[in-house]
Amino acid sequence: MGGRVLLIEDEPNIIEAIRFILSRDGWAVDVHSDGATALDAVTARAPDLVILDVMLPNRSGYDILADLRASEATEALPVLMLTARGQKKDREMAERYGASRFMTKPFSNSEVLSSVRELVGS
Amino acid sequence: MLSFNLLVGVCLAYVGFLFLVAFAAEKRAQRGKAAWLRSPIVYTLSLSIYCTGWTFYGAVGYAARSGLEFVTIYLGPTIVMIGWWVILRKLVRIGRTQRITSIADLISSRYGKSTLLGVLVTVLAVVGTTPYIALQLQSVTLAFAVFAPSTAEMQASDLNSTALWVAAGLALFTVVFGTRNLDVNERHHGVVIAIAVEAVVKIVALIAVGVFVVWGLSGGAGDIMRMIDASPIAAWEIQPERWVTLTFLAGAAFLCLPRMFHVLVVENSDERHLATAAWAFPLYLMLISLFVIPIAVVGLAVMPAGANPDLFVLTVPLAFDRDGLAMLSFLGGFSSATSMVIVAAIALSTMVSNHIVMPIWLNARQGGATVSGDVRNVVLLSRRVSIAGVLALGYLYYRFSGGGEALAAMGLIAFVGVAQVLPALLGGIFWRGATRVGAATGVTLGFAVWLYTLFLPSFGVGGVMSAATFEAGPWGIGFLRPRALFGLEGIDPLVHAVFWSLALNTAAFFLGSLLSFPRPLERLQGATFVNIYRYSDSARGWGRSFVEAEDLLMMAQRILGAGEAQALFVAAATEQGKAGYLPDVTPDFLERLERELSGSVGAATAHAMLGQITGGVTVSVEDLMRVADESAQMMEYSSQLEAKSDELERTARQLREANEKLTALSIQKDAFLSQISHELRTPMTSIRAFSEILMDGDGMEGTDRRKYSSIIHDETLRLTRLLDDLLDLSVLENGQVTLNARDASLGAVLDRALAAVESRAEPGALRIIRGEAGGEVALYTDTDRLSQVFINIVSNAQKYCDADDPELRIEYREAGGKVSVDFIDNGTGIPKQSQSLIFEKFARLTDQRRAGGAGLGLAICREIMARLGGEIEYLPGQGGAAFRVTLPTAAASAAA
Repeated sequence: MGGRVLLIEDEPNIIEAIRFILSRDGWAVDVHSDGATALDAVTARAPDLVILDVMLPNRSGYDILADLRASEATEALPVLMLTARGQKKDREMAERYGASRFMTKPFSNSEVLSSVRELVGS
Repeated sequence: MLSFNLLVGVCLAYVGFLFLVAFAAEKRAQRGKAAWLRSPIVYTLSLSIYCTGWTFYGAVGYAARSGLEFVTIYLGPTIVMIGWWVILRKLVRIGRTQRITSIADLISSRYGKSTLLGVLVTVLAVVGTTPYIALQLQSVTLAFAVFAPSTAEMQASDLNSTALWVAAGLALFTVVFGTRNLDVNERHHGVVIAIAVEAVVKIVALIAVGVFVVWGLSGGAGDIMRMIDASPIAAWEIQPERWVTLTFLAGAAFLCLPRMFHVLVVENSDERHLATAAWAFPLYLMLISLFVIPIAVVGLAVMPAGANPDLFVLTVPLAFDRDGLAMLSFLGGFSSATSMVIVAAIALSTMVSNHIVMPIWLNARQGGATVSGDVRNVVLLSRRVSIAGVLALGYLYYRFSGGGEALAAMGLIAFVGVAQVLPALLGGIFWRGATRVGAATGVTLGFAVWLYTLFLPSFGVGGVMSAATFEAGPWGIGFLRPRALFGLEGIDPLVHAVFWSLALNTAAFFLGSLLSFPRPLERLQGATFVNIYRYSDSARGWGRSFVEAEDLLMMAQRILGAGEAQALFVAAATEQGKAGYLPDVTPDFLERLERELSGSVGAATAHAMLGQITGGVTVSVEDLMRVADESAQMMEYSSQLEAKSDELERTARQLREANEKLTALSIQKDAFLSQISHELRTPMTSIRAFSEILMDGDGMEGTDRRKYSSIIHDETLRLTRLLDDLLDLSVLENGQVTLNARDASLGAVLDRALAAVESRAEPGALRIIRGEAGGEVALYTDTDRLSQVFINIVSNAQKYCDADDPELRIEYREAGGKVSVDFIDNGTGIPKQSQSLIFEKFARLTDQRRAGGAGLGLAICREIMARLGGEIEYLPGQGGAAFRVTLPTAAASAAA
């Protein structure tokens, strides 16, 4: 295993937690906290997987996902969406915009880990 | 001698026969085979009810007593009939086009549907007719008495019961055939035919008696002429003023008597019948009076002295044992009496019912009579009761007047009474200027004078009026003597009464009309009545019309819609056996079309529209009035609809607004729940993640473990704060908060808030500059809550003030019962586009960690200030972030 994961998230404690979990498993974790420049970060880091929060400062995670899917370079990039708003319509939105997987906070660490492994492995 | 029982039997058989005739006529009329029933001859014969029992028996007596004067009774009607073109034609035309039901209706209708006049004429008619009905009952009972075997067997009580039976029988007949149906035209086929039959019986009877007298008892015509010359009858002098008066009176009565008006106008089915009746009726009158003088002369010669000449037509044949002839004569007299009573009862009951009973009933119902069947039954019932009432009145009058001479004289007296309607009647149809006030005044005055000068004196000296009144006038006022009014003395009492009553009546009528101003409806009705020929070219409904079916179709399409109109026309054409869609314009078709149209536009409008197009009947004023009435109802209805639709629209708008509000609230609620979910889940995520890390944290360094535990600890505190804030806000928003108001000074509250903030913060991080020492402003407020607001503002400044050397200035100002506290820091402040958001829930502008709160602080502050009667606002343009808290001083709070 081992690969590059880009975590786009603004909540410091959550960043801290995910970074710890993935690093321990051998993943290289980059972090980006601003929605507006997230696309640039994806281009610059060229990750194997993106973990994307929905509620970001300045730009919605859904918009970022839509742009990723619209671009040829990133249309197949695995994207794991995280959201703290666990309503049914949020899941539907994520699916419509093309999320590879959708997880509601609070998540279990093993769940995140196995999702990342599956998404990058496939 | 004829058996009395046989007489009764024959009489009953005759009545049964009349019932049959009337019944058969009604049946034929129902089946639409009434054409022959409505011939001019039947019309003429029906007029013969003018010749009542009084005429049948009394004319001979009259001739025996007063010579040729009885001729005047026939002369008046003859003149009226011969001159039918002048008055009768107009009356009949008006009666037809205006659907007049009685003379009271005509007068009332002419003078603007005056209720007063209707009642007045009705009362007059009842008063004038009742004695007349009594007279008929008397004539029948007297005739019965003649046949009674002996005076011992025929007591006065028997006479009375005879009269009662006759009255009851007549009531029954009249109810059965007079109120059989409610025809708008008030036509009674059965009754008219029965009357016509009776007319034939009575003239045949009188002629038969005459022939017997002239050729059986005397030597023929020449012999009779000699006898007349020799008799006292020839010696009677003709009194010109009495002749003129009586002729005039008979003519007037002919027009004004309710029963005559009924057969002349109401029962008239065709105006052209008048032309026939104009010669046929005078001929009838001539025939019926032809043998009066011979019978009188022979009677006087052959009967014992003291025999009642009134009964010569019966007693002369009986004296010569001509039982059959006597029987025929009896039936003639019976016919005369009964036919008069029947028609009079119908005419009077119509008037009483229409002008007295129905208005009272309708008033009592408060206009609630909407079901036509309901009204119909009430009308029929009131007619029947009226008929019984009229006959009961006649019977009672007969009983209590005691019969005899007083009653016999009533004939002419009643004539004068009903003649009081004449000025209003003639004036109404010939003079547009005639008004209701004039008519009412004239009729009332004439009626009063008639009562005073003729009717009351007729009961004799000491009857109703005392001898003193006759001699010296009431209360000794000489010129008010009833038989010498205003000093007019030495003339015949009847002539005197006719002169004064009609003269004063006419004068009052003219004066009243000239001095009063007619109402609009009265004026319109006046114009219609006077110019009736212009308003009605045809006398025959839809009969004579030259309208094209196509015109009618176009009009019908406009009203019914193209499809329905065409269907109607095609159906009618098919029924007529015609190909195509245009039927012949037959009266049947027009009536059907009118019915269809009236369903859409109302009966009056439909009638008026068809009338306009066919030209058959010009629209009458009453039609126009009904049209206006209908339009008014429709406008009323449509404005009601409009109001309803406005109301509906308003309700719909309110519903829409409520719905929008609810939708907005629902969206807000969803957003709020979503926000709360986010705010709760975020710290929980960290907590779960780090607790899982700690749980399987083999080989974790002590520093890491401590760090992660402290994150969990902080996030737990954050969750607690969030829940506290949410609960606080919920309580504040629901208004369930309890305020503990107490006296305090602004400075003290501020001190407490600052102390609380400083105890939590790193010392010296934010410098606080209080603009003015003290702050002795007295407050009466919840100091905990106020202090909560201050703490919130100051800690916000601590968190967000981004100046290198952060400082917060606090200044306060007191004015007009209010004190305001400004908190201004020296940071970059809040961006303009965000200023409006900061008081909303979860409106965190900067990043999560530094804020540390849930984003509910300012929202809570706003709610608190609202509860404390003040406000919190953001002050733009102060350099840094600036908040102003305003609240009432203690004095202002106490006042409020």
